[in-house]
Amino acid sequence: MPLSTIFPEFKIIRDKEKCIACQVCVRQCAFEAHIYDPEKDEVYSDDSKCVGCHRCEALCPTDALNIIKYPFDIKDNKNWTPGILNDIYRQAESGAIILTGMGCDKDYPIYWDRILLNASQVTNPSIDPLREPMELRTFIGRKPRYVEVERSQERDTVKVKTQLPPQLRLETPIMFSAMSYGSISFNACQALARAAEEIGTYYNTGEGGLHPDLYKFGANTIVQVASGRFGVHPDYLNAGAAIEIKIGQGAKPGIGGHLPGEKVTEEISRTRMIPTGTDALSPAPHHDIYSIEDLRQLIYALKEATEYKKPVGVKIAAVHNVAAIATGIARAGADFITIDGLRGGTGAAPQVIRDNVGIPIELAIAVVDSRLREEGIREEVSLIAAGGFRKSSDVIKAIALGADAVYIGTAALAAMGCHVCQKCYTGKCNWGIATQDPYLSKRLNPNIAARRLVNLINAWSKELKEMLGGMGINAIESLRGNREHLRGVGLEEWELRLLGIKPAGEGW
Amino acid sequence: MKIIEANGLHYRQLNEIIREAIKNGEQEFKIIGATGQRYIAAGIKNKIKIVIEGTPGNDLGAFMQGPYIEVIGNGQDGIGNTMSDGKIIIHGRAGDIIGYGMRGGEIFIRDEVGYRVGIHMKAYDNLRPVIVIGDSAKDFLGEYMAGGLIIVLNLRGTVPIGKYCGTGMHGGKIYVRGDIDEHLLGKEVSITPLSEEDESELAGYISQYFELFGVKRGNVSLEEFKKISPRSHRPYGSLYTH
Ligand code: SF4
Ligand code: SF4
Repeated sequence: MPLSTIFPEFKIIRDKEKCIACQVCVRQCAFEAHIYDPEKDEVYSDDSKCVGCHRCEALCPTDALNIIKYPFDIKDNKNWTPGILNDIYRQAESGAIILTGMGCDKDYPIYWDRILLNASQVTNPSIDPLREPMELRTFIGRKPRYVEVERSQERDTVKVKTQLPPQLRLETPIMFSAMSYGSISFNACQALARAAEEIGTYYNTGEGGLHPDLYKFGANTIVQVASGRFGVHPDYLNAGAAIEIKIGQGAKPGIGGHLPGEKVTEEISRTRMIPTGTDALSPAPHHDIYSIEDLRQLIYALKEATEYKKPVGVKIAAVHNVAAIATGIARAGADFITIDGLRGGTGAAPQVIRDNVGIPIELAIAVVDSRLREEGIREEVSLIAAGGFRKSSDVIKAIALGADAVYIGTAALAAMGCHVCQKCYTGKCNWGIATQDPYLSKRLNPNIAARRLVNLINAWSKELKEMLGGMGINAIESLRGNREHLRGVGLEEWELRLLGIKPAGEGW
Repeated sequence: MKIIEANGLHYRQLNEIIREAIKNGEQEFKIIGATGQRYIAAGIKNKIKIVIEGTPGNDLGAFMQGPYIEVIGNGQDGIGNTMSDGKIIIHGRAGDIIGYGMRGGEIFIRDEVGYRVGIHMKAYDNLRPVIVIGDSAKDFLGEYMAGGLIIVLNLRGTVPIGKYCGTGMHGGKIYVRGDIDEHLLGKEVSITPLSEEDESELAGYISQYFELFGVKRGNVSLEEFKKISPRSHRPYGSLYTH
């Protein structure tokens, strides 16, 4: 027995009556929590290895398995919880930083759940989305301050004279956020790409380069340029519909990325363009960007390299000074700004960073939108919000607060089967998503996964239309930044002030 | 050969002229009177030749994959940023952040360079980036370097490198002529003598340098060089626990 025993997080309950020792669970669990004993012809389990991904439970043919939270008999303590103690034990053993996956799971306020939407009654009628056309189409990119039009001599035709900056056209204001090939499997990337194409939206390569087989989805791809510059070359830059410079990420603001050498397989090596087995280190900052001026230099280097044909955006984590940073980015020439909030996910991040750094996306959207308006430059840049969007109501509230569109990551993975066990960094994802092990990744059928993604976005889009219609609005464009349609419940004065919304019960 | 008078041109116009001419089959360019125009040849994939007289601006040849660029004068910051292939020759000195994230091709600088040169250079397959510096480099040379080669010839015989050289380095190598103060190096690298293979490779680049710049070779001998290379390809392997 070791000096410190790690508390198991989950308990595997096996109904002996039902179990037929078929060993499906043994094969399904990459964490090796199920063990077959050939002598007794029995399967038994090791609770301490279970990460709670529920894969075995879902696939057990006789429904013999049930994964539950481990019931503790240690004295209940709000301060010294089993989770806290586990971390201490682990660090006492290893002397190392604790890694985790997905977004912050701590109990910080989720403002979406404290914001309510408006609806029309009597004085202005609501719109029936089943009968009337409802517009969800959204354009991402710099908008001109004014549009010059030219009438023909006969005054019967009108031509737009102003040259419009490049735009992304989204059929619904939801995109798939940056998830690199490396952090997720090829099948998962492919499913996202296909779904984006079918929906008429975009997925984002993350900082892992672009697999040759995915170039054909270029019209629905946003390619990322991060500090490691992995897989970045002229063809890559020109392959996508837009380029996103990644400065920061909500799950780990201020720190770099690190794909361990074990995960740099033959295929990954080809897309990242680094030798197999070497660590893929993304330094914390881009070492060619130490200021807004430097950022401008990279934005324009990318615009030059792609002949001004694509919007170039910048992704940052929502941090304390986000509003000032965002206006700097807008003035640096970015066509869109992506802001990733506190609850944004990741394939791997130090737990201490994920859980303690950043600010909630709701506040970030509100203060950035307000600041851009105050400075009179809101139309010069589009605002994409990311970080923990769980449902269509979160999306519509974000747009009413001031976002143009949102990115979803975790919700998209969940649509493909993710059970948010937060073990993505281990590379052993039993759902075939966050893994490069062919034995595991073939579990994810890209056709089915793409279909499920399309279904999810279609469902959310229908709900968006319902909510819009209820408010008497027939175009999402008219809702953007229209905070009169939001009211806060259970919020403090300062929260309402920063969100720029009134308390529930207060009229116009 | 197309001659472009750059004086008074905005970088956007200058690059448009170059791209347009490439479309019409032009292979050779001479830009005269360059006055700090940025991004010259950024993202260009064709194997063209550009000779620049004057001073090109930042990010010369950024993201490029093929061109041969010769600058008769000094270069500024960001030369060869994330470049994949081609060659850049600077007949003078250059600024900071040369060859950031560079994956292939070669950069030759006759004199000294500034800070943050060769950060995160990486090699892949048959691509291997090389930076040759005639004099010395300042701080952060070869930080996070993942592959490729940096050579510091230190021809003026001053202090060849600055502080934090090779911090986080996990691939590639740096050859430096002259004495290296250990305290200038990052924790992740060590100094070793050159192998025979290293020496023959180095000799090749040295002759190329002298040929390119037509300066007298003087008494540069291979024994004066030391090699800086990473201790491990996984410098942060034990940083994390699960
Ligand atoms: S880790 Fe997943 S598959 Fe393994 S025992 Fe736990 S729930 Fe089942
Ligand atoms: S992607 Fe896989 S490993 Fe990551 S949280 Fe989801 S189920 Fe777990």
